[in-house]
Amino acid sequence: MSDIVDARGLSCPQPVLMTLDEIKKVNKGEIVVMVDTDTSKENVSRAAKTQGWQVFDIQPEGEGYRITIRKD
Amino acid sequence: MHGLIFEKDPNLLVGIETCDDAGIYRLTDQIALIQTLDFFTPIVNDPYDFGRIAAANSFSDVYAMGGKPLTAMNIVCFPIKDMDKAILRSVIEGGLEIIHKAKAIMIGGHSVEDPELKYGLSVTGTVHPQKFLTNAGARPGDLLILTKPLGTGILATALKANKLDEKVIIEITELMAALNKDAAEVMVDVGVHACTDITGFGLLGHSLEMAKASKVGLRIYTEKVPVIPAAITFASMGMVPAGSFANQKFCSHHLDIDPSIDPIILDIISDAQTSGGLLISVSEKQASFLIQKLQERKTPSAHIIGEVLKEPMGAIQVR
Repeated sequence: MSDIVDARGLSCPQPVLMTLDEIKKVNKGEIVVMVDTDTSKENVSRAAKTQGWQVFDIQPEGEGYRITIRKD
Repeated sequence: MHGLIFEKDPNLLVGIETCDDAGIYRLTDQIALIQTLDFFTPIVNDPYDFGRIAAANSFSDVYAMGGKPLTAMNIVCFPIKDMDKAILRSVIEGGLEIIHKAKAIMIGGHSVEDPELKYGLSVTGTVHPQKFLTNAGARPGDLLILTKPLGTGILATALKANKLDEKVIIEITELMAALNKDAAEVMVDVGVHACTDITGFGLLGHSLEMAKASKVGLRIYTEKVPVIPAAITFASMGMVPAGSFANQKFCSHHLDIDPSIDPIILDIISDAQTSGGLLISVSEKQASFLIQKLQERKTPSAHIIGEVLKEPMGAIQVR
């Protein structure tokens, strides 16, 4: 079961901040981040990578994207 | 603006069609007016600093055209019922400091009630009707000079996220509040071919406009572009504003990018700037002299960042 961050409807830097908060909280495992702009998709992916998380999958979903990030 | 009909007038020297942000209107054979306005929502937390930045940004177009500012008028949107009036006073005081630095005079303004604070100036300046600069004069063989480092859009986003330390906040505040006055005066003295100021379309977007208007190609050497160091850290951290991504997308069909270039550097060169520097196209012969003069006049970041090519016309090579 992965943690879900729903950042749809929010503009940057909010989705990145929510992702960073979740990363801090769970420390490792899998997080799914829902975003609805290309900007948020790019920024959330970068934020995850700089924290040592892997961007495992990005799927279009509805008007936006479902980004799965992982850390073992 | 497609489909709108604009009046033609022989004295209108620069109008809406060239994508310069200001207009020039000839009054006599010796004097033409430059008119411009700009205003926006707060980009930093301190109201006085916001006033300084918004004002410096509003003067920028006059400087980019090689003109001298004469008068300024305040444009104010303010939530008078919900916000302390002292904040508005502070914003306007900050603006006034910059108006004085520009040696212009404040002659009035207009305010409206609005849910969100916005501030800026309408600026009028003068220039000789045959000596003004636009983005249309770049010539093959010219070198390109940028006078301020890039990264204020990314760092303003990081500030919004509360991620900036005091030192970086001061650094970007002073950069954005710095007038392009010295750079413009030096550029006019030395003599250059074209100029534009770097604002919302970023270095890439404004370069592309210059390439199209001048019917030339531009080559930018990314390792020579001055950058605020913290901007690289925060771009990697995911603090790139939507406008900067939009700029990159908008320019993408006219770009030839060396595949070895780090995507973060592309974010920096497309980063939407507030009160950015001047992008100057100057003959190769005069370029080092111009750099030397700029550095003597409080423009330490000025660097040669690229060159003007005959081809590919209306496009940018990023190296």
